[in-house]
Formats: sequence, structure tokens, C-alpha cells
Amino acid sequence: MKWRRRGAWLLALLVLIVLIGGLAWWNVGRNHQQPSSPAQRVADAAALHDPVWIKRGEYLATVGDCAACHTARGGRPYAGGRSLATPFGDVPAPNITPDPGTGIGQWSFDDFWRALHDGKGRQGELLYPVFSYTSFTKVTRDDALAIFAYLKSLPPVNQPDLPTGLDFPYSLRSSLLAWRALYFKPGVFQPDPAKSETWNRGAYLVQGLGHCNECHAARDSLGGIRKNQHLTGGQIPQLAWYAPDLSTQSGGGLAGWRAQDIVDLLKTGQSARGTAFGPMADVVRLSTQHMTEADLQAVATYLQSLPPPTPATSPAPFKRAASADRGGKLYAKNCADCHGMDGHGVAGIYPPLDGNTSVTEPTGINAIRSVLLGGFAPATAGNPTPYSMPPFAQQLNDDDIAALVNYIRQSWSNQAGAVQPAAVSQYRHTPVD
Amino acid sequence: MQQRVIACTSCHGAHGEGSPDNVLVPRLAGKPAGYLLQQLEYFQSGQRRHAPMEYVVRQLSPAYLGQIADYFSQQDLPYRRWPVPAVSVETMRRGEQLVLHGDPDRAVPSCVSCHGAKLTGVQPMMPGLAGLSYGYLSAQLVSWRSHTRAAEGPYCMGVVANRMRESDITAVSAFLASRNPLADMHPAPASAQTTPLPGWCVMGQSGVNP
Repeated sequence: MKWRRRGAWLLALLVLIVLIGGLAWWNVGRNHQQPSSPAQRVADAAALHDPVWIKRGEYLATVGDCAACHTARGGRPYAGGRSLATPFGDVPAPNITPDPGTGIGQWSFDDFWRALHDGKGRQGELLYPVFSYTSFTKVTRDDALAIFAYLKSLPPVNQPDLPTGLDFPYSLRSSLLAWRALYFKPGVFQPDPAKSETWNRGAYLVQGLGHCNECHAARDSLGGIRKNQHLTGGQIPQLAWYAPDLSTQSGGGLAGWRAQDIVDLLKTGQSARGTAFGPMADVVRLSTQHMTEADLQAVATYLQSLPPPTPATSPAPFKRAASADRGGKLYAKNCADCHGMDGHGVAGIYPPLDGNTSVTEPTGINAIRSVLLGGFAPATAGNPTPYSMPPFAQQLNDDDIAALVNYIRQSWSNQAGAVQPAAVSQYRHTPVD
Repeated sequence: MQQRVIACTSCHGAHGEGSPDNVLVPRLAGKPAGYLLQQLEYFQSGQRRHAPMEYVVRQLSPAYLGQIADYFSQQDLPYRRWPVPAVSVETMRRGEQLVLHGDPDRAVPSCVSCHGAKLTGVQPMMPGLAGLSYGYLSAQLVSWRSHTRAAEGPYCMGVVANRMRESDITAVSAFLASRNPLADMHPAPASAQTTPLPGWCVMGQSGVNP
């Protein structure tokens, strides 16, 4: 009975989606944005060939980390070919080199602006929000023009896009109309006159091009981020890593981080409070290490102003795992040489584990996967030959890794929940990319 | 450097001498630097697949990969002997035939024609086959056959491995692994490769000369 009722709901939902789809179909053709004025178009055209604009666009495209998605592994930069996994199916990142047949060679700036700002393609079709227009809509028109000028200056690469691999009904673009009504509000970033210029620059970068919230906030069952979830942390869909809350204030996910710690991590991949790993190591290596000191300071200023998340429920009372002794022995044997018996690490080389928010994040995923995978901190200009950590997947079984992770999560000042060996087993079989 | 690359040495041995107990984890020490660098790059680009390796090399710059390759190429340690599975005399003879002379009927060249007369490799790119375990050698030949190991063209090994019989993989791997380590296991200098790589090597993925 319960199932039949659920089936009826699903059917109703489907009918609704199709109805909305019809509406969208009718609507899309009429919804073209007002094109730029002729004078504006002349100015835009001049910018597209101006080396100063192109250079600025290169910097902004790097801050936006566009290449990370729009480049296949081992492929030509910005030529697409990478398929992005979502809970709803795979979405290919398109070729955004100026190839006339397979890239954006025939796009006008108005087309580009509509994609970035309104999340609509060249034919007015609704774009899938794995392209983070929910954040990019905050980018100013001038910055978008600079990025477009840079992309247009790239060598064209003839590489057709991969086919979309979405499941029904998500394969119907019209299903996005409802999604957009729930989760998307177009609009360029509006500075807060009560705040400093640095704060506003930081907020603009974090909320807009940096699109930090796309990972650092929880997504609901429809893949959307609720309006009150701003940088409050969440598990990254399909990647099986946890992106922490970014508040540095008491009770925040980065509690105790100084502005300099944030700048260091984004600039070099390392800080006195922790090291970038997993997807954040990619972000540092490809994007943030190239940001100017002023922009990094602005980001830090903004993050330091974020309030801590208000806990929806009071945390479960702290309970030490029964395997603490075993975990302690494993720690002394495998970890203490580098991270120290006191969990303080070695400054500039090995991150501390005591008070490390990646260790104590709510799920334990990051600690489990770091122990399983080991690896290097990102190689950056500020830390060109990073130290590394052994992968323990080949050396320790699930019980041992769970005991070890629980010891780390519950020693010194750490008071995080215990993880189960079954979770270790699950992440042991998670693909690394 | 030894301390920096602990993510490598925890599996490949403290100095890259190979895992003491896992035949699938190869020796790195003393291999030609160019070869090691190329493999690290292939793990980064996905042309060579092995998830733990792909993850470990992901965050490294080309310059640092080069330093790591140089470091392991300079490690000079004695080679060990590996256990060899019990195979028939006939199989061992077939292995010797393929390694030293190839099989002209199947257009399979000999191993020594590229990997050095002593099978210790040739600087700067050609890896040695001497001193590798049966398990690693046979796994690599299977990988070449199934394209989980690949290379930029010329695509020699993918072609050669697919021309071999399945039983030849056992024969070649067993013969190579059964040989005693030589007094001098260093790769031959680049000048030892007097002729360019044999003509059969210059072919596309289909195995047809372009």
C-alpha cells in the first residue's frame, strides 16, 4: 500500500514535470534576454582583441577554475571531454575553445553572458546546474567579458562534446524549470556598503567565480542547495569527500583558523592548521595558488566574517570507541613518526591532527580516505616539492583503519564520532577520480 | 628526498628496491630516469591505469615528477631473486626462444632487440626486464594486451603482446624471472642502441604500419 501511494506521488510529480516542461518549451523561445545595444556591442568587440582584457580574463578564468571541468584528463585545456558524474547521471563539460564547429567559435558575448549569468545555452535551452551558474550569476559583466575575451584567444580545438548521460526525467531539460524556481536566483553580486572594500572583494570572489558554495554546502535530494546553506559544509555528491563548513569562528568548521592560515592553504596547499587534499588539492594546484596576495587576503577576510552554523540538533554525547587501545598502538607504529604522539605534526611539513577540522568533520570520510589513499600535498610554487603520506589501503584491514581513524578523531582535543569498519570497506571501493 | 617520497617507498621499498612481499609492486631503483618519468606522466594522464598510483601522482608538477624519477633512477642496490612457478621444460624453452630470438611466424620480435642485449634496459627510456618478478612481468603483458597499459605511438608493446599466444605470456615471464641477476644490472648507455628501433615498431594501434 505504502509503495502504491509512493508510486502515485511519483506519477503526479512526473505529470507536473511534463506540464512545466510544456510551459518551458513555450516560454524559452520568448525569453531571450534583451541584446546589448549597438554601442555596447562595438565596445565589447574591441575588448575581445585587447591584450589587457585577455590577460585579465586569463586570471579570472583561473580563479574560476574553469579548466578543471572543461578539460579531459590528459586532454587539451578548455577543450571539454570530461564527463561530470552527478547523482542524476553524467553531464559532459563542453568544449569552450573558439572552434567554430565544436566549441564557442560562433558565440557572441551576449550568448556567453546568458550562459554564465542566466544558465541558458545559445539556443535558449536551460543548462544543467552542474555548470555552476548558481554562483557564476554573481560575476560582473566586465569580468565575464574579460573571461570571454580570454577564451576567444585560445587556440581552437576541434573536439565534439560527449553525449549527455542523464537518467529520465532529468534528461528533459524542461525539468530544470522547476529546479531553477527552487534554487536559482539570477543577479550580479551587490556590494554591501557597510562592509570594507576588501570584504566585498572577498565575498564577490567566494560567492561568484570561486563558486566555493557548490562543494562547501549540503545538497538536498534534488541536488539543490537551500538558500540558508551558505558555506556550511557538506558531502560532495559522487566524490565521497566532505567539504567542511568554512566559518573560522567558535563552533565553525575552520574554528581557530587565522586569516594567514587561509591564505597559506590557498597559496601553497599547506597551513599551520591543515593541508589541502582530495578535491581541494586540485583546486589549490589549478586555481587558488595563482591568485594575487590581495585577492587571497580578501577571501580570508570574508571567510573570517562568516558566522558559525547553528546546529539543527544538539550533537550526540561523545562516546569513546571501544577500539581506542588498538587504535593507539596502530597510531604509535604508523603515524607518530610524522604527526607526533601529541598529534601536532611538524610545522611546514606534516599537518597537525589535533584540532584539524578535516580529521573531525562530521562524517569521518576525509580521515578514512586520507588514511586509505595517502598521497602528496599539491605541488605549488610556494611548496614545489611537497612531502607525502603512505597509502595504508594495502597495509591495514578495515578494522585496523577504523580503529586508527577513531583514535585520531577522539584523541587530544578531538571529540568526533566513531566510524565503522563497514564505512572503511565502502570507501576502499570508491573510485579515486 | 627519501623522506619526501614516503608515499612511494611504503610500497616500492625504502629505496625503491621493490616490495619484499608483493610481486606486483615493481622495483624502481636503477631504472632509466626517462622511463620512470614517462610512467609517472602516464599515470597522471590515465594512459596507464592503477588507481593507487593515479591518486598518488595526481598533485605533482612535471618538475617534481622529474626529480622523483631521477631520485629512483640513481638508487643502486643489489637485485634479488624471485620464485618462479613450476613450468615445463618445453615452456621454458619457448620462453627462451621468444626472449632471445622472437617468433618470426607470428611477427613477434625478441625482447633483447629493444630491451638491451643483457635485458637490463637502455638509457634513457627503455626499461630492463631482468630482475623483475614473474607476477609483475605477466601482469604487464596482460595489461598491454587489454589496453590498461598504453603508450604514445609507436604502440609497440600493445601490438607485440597481442601477437603472442596467451601461453607465451607465461613462457616469457617464467624465463625472464628465472635468470640469475647479472654482476652489472645497469641499463646500457644510449649509444648501445645502434640502430633506430626496428621497423616493426613503427605502427599504429591497429598493428598496421602507417
